[in-house]
Amino acid sequence: MPKNLIRYALRALAVGYLLFLLVLPVVLIGWRTFANGLGPIFEALSTPQAISAFQVTLVVAFWAVVANTVFGVGAAILLVRHAFPGKRVLNALIDLPMAVSPVVVGLALILVYGKFAAVGGWLETLGVQVIFSVPGMVMAAVFISLPLVVRAVVPVLEELGDEQEQAARTLGAGWWQTFRRITIPGIRWALGYGIVLCLARALGEYGAVAVVSGRLVEQTQTLTLFVEERFQNFDETAAFAAATSLALLSVITLLLTKILRPKD
Amino acid sequence: MAIEVRDVNKSFGVTPVLRDVSIDVTSGSLTALLGPSGGGKSTLLRVIAGLEQPDTGTVVISGVDATRLSPQRRNVGFVFQHYAAFKHMTVFKNVAFGLEIRKRPKEEIRRRVMELLELVHLDQMAERYPSQLSGGQRQRMALARALAVEPQVLLLDEPFGALDAQVRKELRTWLRRLHDEVHVTTVFVTHDQEEAIEVADTIVVLADGQVKQVGSPAEVYDNPADQFVMRFLGPVTRLGDSLVRPHDIEISPAADPAGTTATVVRVVRLGFEVRVELLIDGQETWAQLARSTADRLDLQPGQAVTVRPSPAARPLALSAS
Repeated sequence: MPKNLIRYALRALAVGYLLFLLVLPVVLIGWRTFANGLGPIFEALSTPQAISAFQVTLVVAFWAVVANTVFGVGAAILLVRHAFPGKRVLNALIDLPMAVSPVVVGLALILVYGKFAAVGGWLETLGVQVIFSVPGMVMAAVFISLPLVVRAVVPVLEELGDEQEQAARTLGAGWWQTFRRITIPGIRWALGYGIVLCLARALGEYGAVAVVSGRLVEQTQTLTLFVEERFQNFDETAAFAAATSLALLSVITLLLTKILRPKD
Repeated sequence: MAIEVRDVNKSFGVTPVLRDVSIDVTSGSLTALLGPSGGGKSTLLRVIAGLEQPDTGTVVISGVDATRLSPQRRNVGFVFQHYAAFKHMTVFKNVAFGLEIRKRPKEEIRRRVMELLELVHLDQMAERYPSQLSGGQRQRMALARALAVEPQVLLLDEPFGALDAQVRKELRTWLRRLHDEVHVTTVFVTHDQEEAIEVADTIVVLADGQVKQVGSPAEVYDNPADQFVMRFLGPVTRLGDSLVRPHDIEISPAADPAGTTATVVRVVRLGFEVRVELLIDGQETWAQLARSTADRLDLQPGQAVTVRPSPAARPLALSAS
């Protein structure tokens, strides 16, 4: 039975690979977090700094998800349903964030929206500070998670076709009614999946946000930045507690994607 | 006149799909747009529905110029080849869609939808989803959905094209009966000449984006405007310099100076009809005989016979087109 042997060997390899790369580190983080009981964790996560980090993370992730949902559905409809000059360029641009390092994204945003850049300076005169502030962090998170909703929705929209929409139009529905009653229900699972992926990505973003945030404690420090800063300052309890919270958020979103993933 | 299409031209890129198309559809009629695929018939139907914009020309529906009206304002019912069922809604909700958009009272919607579901024999299926229906049931649901809004015209784009042969035949007869009950002006697209002849009371033959002929089924079958229409509407064969229907060829075993001498090559029995393959001066032709006639003639391969068009035949001279 060499065939069976090969199968077992491959299985062992896959399990071992995941064990050492994924399971062991995550379990160890959990173990280190809960090593001294729940008291210290609660203490570490209820400092003003930690609470602020949670708030900033949620605010940034929320707006990133809102922006990318609106943009993602719009771009997907544009790409699937319409022909226009520059369509292929747009299609390629949407995937750009996948290829560019988050640090580069952060630096690029500073180049455009920094205090001493043209656009950033002009916004500054209007009283809007982008870099080293929440708007810049939202922009970074939006940029990083840009393709996720679009790429989740496009194939489903393609498969859905436009006949149902045309049928709705001939039955007297306007474009908004058609969009709300036919298009959105048709793509709802894919859209939910894309939103959850986008949320997970925005929650966990480090590189781009690190560059544009300026890492101002209790102002622009997200949970990921908090973990890193606490760790650097030998506050392992807080670092591990926050890391576990992040991991838990990821597990929840991951479970959500499992539930939302289109069945066929 | 329910629909008047005037001088419509439409191109996709550089390819012309409709060329100076003008047709009239009388109120209450059941009209077939018949032609080969790529002939422009579906595009014409979509132009009438407003799903495509003509490059030039006008579309008038019930006396109103609808050329620039969006599909939602035309009040036409449209049935797609692949049903276009709203997959996330029940059969009831599908049929109710147009009425809900029009904000009709709930009770009225319920009554009207159940009425229509009874009409299309789906009243037992109201709470099912389209995925739980067969193809024929889905198409009947789509028809009920289109009829729900009381359209001025009902347009069907190859409505039976995606169904298997048995269901297709059933639905054909059923559509004809439905039309006799509901009387809504109906235009349907088909590439199946048998379907057009059986169901429609007017046939518009479309090919290469042009109207080739308009008439009743008998007219287009018996008096085709040209070779193309004749070939498209039924079997043809050559006799001398003209095209005839194979069932219009008479064979007699005796020599006859009025006819043409031919040699029997093969006799094929196909159930109720018999196909006789003949050779006239080296040219192949064939005749379709009733079984009783064939039995009486008892033709044998190699036998010399005389053939001529029957008195009812309307041969089409080949040189004419």
